[in-house]
This record gives sequence, C-alpha cells and structure tokens, in this order.
Amino acid sequence: MKVQQISVFLENKSGRLATLTRTLANENINIRALSIADTTDFGILRLIVDKPDAAYLALKRSGFTVSETSVIAVAIPDHPGGLAGIMDVLAGAKINIEYLYALPEKTPDKALVIFRVERLDDAIQVLQSHGIGVLKGEEVYGL
Amino acid sequence: MIWNRPMEAMKRADLEKLQIERLKKTVERVYHNVPAYREKMQAAGLTPMDVQSLEDLRRLPFTVKQDLRDHYPFGLFASPMRDIVRLHASSGTTGNPIVVGYTRRDLDNWSELMARTLTCAGADTDSVVQVGYGYGLFTGGLGAHYGAEKVGATVVPISGGNTKRQIKLMQDFGTTILACTPSYALFLAETLQESGIPRDKLRLKAGIFGAEPWTEEMRRELEYRLQITAIDIYGLSEVMGPGVASECPVKNGLHIFEDHFIPEIIDPVTEEPLPYGEKGELVFTTITKEGFPVIRYRTRDISVLHVEPCACGRTHVRMSKVSGRTDDMVIIRGVNVFPSQVESVLLSLGLTEPHYVLVIDRVGTLDTLEVWVEVSEKMFSDEIRSMERIERTIQRELESLLGLTARVRLVEPKSIERSEGKAKRVIDRRKLS
Repeated sequence: MKVQQISVFLENKSGRLATLTRTLANENINIRALSIADTTDFGILRLIVDKPDAAYLALKRSGFTVSETSVIAVAIPDHPGGLAGIMDVLAGAKINIEYLYALPEKTPDKALVIFRVERLDDAIQVLQSHGIGVLKGEEVYGL
Repeated sequence: MIWNRPMEAMKRADLEKLQIERLKKTVERVYHNVPAYREKMQAAGLTPMDVQSLEDLRRLPFTVKQDLRDHYPFGLFASPMRDIVRLHASSGTTGNPIVVGYTRRDLDNWSELMARTLTCAGADTDSVVQVGYGYGLFTGGLGAHYGAEKVGATVVPISGGNTKRQIKLMQDFGTTILACTPSYALFLAETLQESGIPRDKLRLKAGIFGAEPWTEEMRRELEYRLQITAIDIYGLSEVMGPGVASECPVKNGLHIFEDHFIPEIIDPVTEEPLPYGEKGELVFTTITKEGFPVIRYRTRDISVLHVEPCACGRTHVRMSKVSGRTDDMVIIRGVNVFPSQVESVLLSLGLTEPHYVLVIDRVGTLDTLEVWVEVSEKMFSDEIRSMERIERTIQRELESLLGLTARVRLVEPKSIERSEGKAKRVIDRRKLS
C-alpha cells in the first residue's frame, strides 16, 4: 500500500532542474507527479515516477543527493468536503501530516493525493477501516 | 623507529650546545655574505660577536616575507651561485615569487630531514611511497621524493592531480605511504569510495600530510576513510621545505628538528618572545643552511611549543598542529576567524560532508559570513525542517565558537571545488579600498 517517492536535494541555481529531468528522460523514466518544497538556498524535489528504483540509481549516478521515501496515495471523492473527510479521519487518529500534493487526476470521480504522514502503517489502516481507498504502488506507477 | 637516534634523541643540554655553536656560525655567515642581513644587524648596533648564547638570538632583527621579495631573486643567498645546485620558488601570485637556493650539503640535510619524517610514518626499505605533492618549483614533491629515496623506499613520483591514475597506481604498485595535502587525500578517499575498490586491494598504511593547516577532526576522517595512520608534517620553502617538523607515532605535536632549526613563538603584535606552552606565531632560525639561511623568519603560522619529553624518545621540542595562519585569518566584523575553526565544527558535528568554503561579503557597512557546506547523502532527509535543523545546528555551533553569526548554506555534493594541492577555503568578496 506504500508508494516509493524519490526525493532530491537541489541547490537553487539555474539549470539543476533541467539536468535532473534530462537524466530521467535519458533513462526513459516517466514522471507521474512532482512537488517542490523550497527555502531561500535549496529545494527538495519530490517525485513519483513509473520506475522508482531505476530513477534512484540514475540520479545517484549523476551526482544528485537522493533518497527514497515511503508515502501513500489516497483516492479522494471528487466533491466538496472530500479532502476534509480524509483529514478528519487522520486527525481523529492523531496522525500528523508532513506534506501532501495532488497527482494529475485520471479518473472521473476520484482525486488522487499523495500523503507523507507520520506512522504510515497506522494511517493506511485507519483510512481503510473508514472505507477510503489507498492505492498500491504498482497502481500509481502505472497510471 | 627513529631514523637518526643520536640527533633526534639527544639530551637537551647537548642539543643546546650544538645549537649555539651552529647559530654562531650561521650569524657569521649571513653577516659576511649577505649585505641585507649585515645592514640590518648594523642598524641594530650588533655584530656576530654579540651572539654568544641562545638568549642572544632574541636581539637579532626579524626577517619577514617582504624582505625575501625585496631581494628577489638571489639577494639573500649566502653562498656564491657556483655552489647553489637547486632553486625552488613560491608561485608569486601577489608579486615577485620567493626564491630559495640550496647547496649540495643543504640538499643532503633536507633529504635527511625528510627521511626522519618518513620514518615517523613507518617508512623503511620495503615501503612504496607515492608522492602526490606537486613536483617542480614547489618544494613538496622533490622534498618528499629525496627523503623517500634516502630511506631506501620505492618512490612513485606521480606528483599532484590525475586522481584516477593515482588510484590505479596505488592499487597496482602496492603503495604503502601516501604523501600529499590533506585536502587532496580527502578527495582521493572520496574517489576511492565511489570507485568501489575493496580496501583489501590496497596496501596503504600511512599518509604524511602537510602544506596546509588541518585539524584533529580531519585526521579522524582521513584515518577512518582510508584506514591508515595520518601523520602531520610541517615545513615551508623559506626555511627548508617539508621536513622542518613531523609528528611521531604518538601524534601529540610535531617534533621540530632542532639540530637544524631554532624555533621561537612570539606575540604577533608586540613581537615579544613567549614561553613554552603559549600560543603565538612561529619563528624559525636555520642553523645548518648554507645557500639560504634565515634569521628569525616570521612564518605567520600559529602554534604552541611543548618541551616536555615525548613517549617516542625524541627529545626535540614539539609544536602543536598549526591552528591557522595569521594571513589565512580573516577579520569579520572585528572577529578573527580561521578556516580551521570552521572545519573542526563541521567535522565534529558530522552532519555534512567535510567540504566547505567561507564566503565573506560586505552588505552596506556590515561584513557577512556565509559557510557553504556540502550536504551529505547520509543526512539527507526529504523534510525541509530536518534539513533546516542541520543548518541551524551548524550555525549555532559556529556562533558559539566564533562569537559571530554565520549563515550556513547547504550546497549539492561536489559543487565545492576540489583541490589537487592546497585547498581554497575563503572567498572574500569585500571590496576593501
């Protein structure tokens, strides 16, 4: 139920993102979703790709500082209050969210959101027990 | 092992007698052969007869780097050019280079001193010594080279740079002792790690590292990464080149080869000599050199002298690792900062890679200090706040050590320039008129 996310340390200077995406392109790796968190000096790029292990190795070989992080992908009902319902469930279980970002939507009635939370296993369990869909890694990579 | 026990473990009383005798000869030599020294002594109302004891040395005027530049190229030589068999010179990026000349006997002495140094690192006839110091006008390469030959080791005169080749030969030739700058040793260690060559393919046992100040923490790092014993060696071209002082296996300070050099520590501001145990600027007088003797040469290196007996049996005085140079020192908002202080903080925290640079700038009338340091794979987290915590921890430690706010900036691995010789640790962007 966990999704492998690739995180990369990026200095805030021109051309770094270009080098990175080119590296992935050369390995024929497709990006499913991405998000950047940044400070004044550096940023951390988070990526969901179709081949996480290959991406990790390719980036490392090119000299990037990379790590793999486990996240969850949650299918959220695409109507007002959909996300709020999920938040209530997690808050009820006292699970903190580190960050979240959305995947480009590919289904008509569900929005897909990536969550990085504390206590990942508990989060999966509590979401499922409330009938909320948590996607398998393969489902997300293959979208 | 001690290369020359009669000299290196001589009773201090005997050593002092030898020093006085040699000092007197040197003073006479420069007085008669070098007009610049004679004029300086005359201006101070001194003749060679005034130097009868080691205390009298303090009456002689200092020699500074500018004196050496002013008499470019051969003005301070105390031997006729027909007796000079070798020249070395500094790079001279800021004006005339400093040129030093050696007689045949000077070269013999120099080899002897480097043989002592290498023996401190365990070198013998079975050793393979890879000399990664630059060959040429710089004294590092040839100094180590002749010392290793004197010991009877096998010398690999590869010089600096060409890292891939260094590693290949280290493996193929079974190098046991590496001689290079500590910053280059670190780069070699890093490259070795990446190359995936298993440690048991190497026979490396020791390194003699010098030509730039480095810290105890850097020693731990090098010893851990290369699985060797790392020995600090000290020297400067103006005095001899490498081979002025070397750590013994006890690694509690560097023995200064006092049968060839008389060290002093002075207060760099008042120029007053300081007693053993006090920190100040190192000053050297050579007492065996013929071609280019120096009298009370101010090195700008900061150290402390210790005279207590050493467990290794050598009786020569020990200088603590050079903690900085008065001319490496940068003054930021009135605070004296040495790059080595920053290095010791970074390495003892271990949160980042040991590659760093200090960037100093002036915004309006205020000096700013930024410390750029490479993020380490081990410590990388994808949470901004843990990365910011690393920056803050380093910043706090630096602030408590330096008494100065430094902005810490994490940069990508390998983005700080690697040096094949002396590392560049400071970028000063202040426009000082």
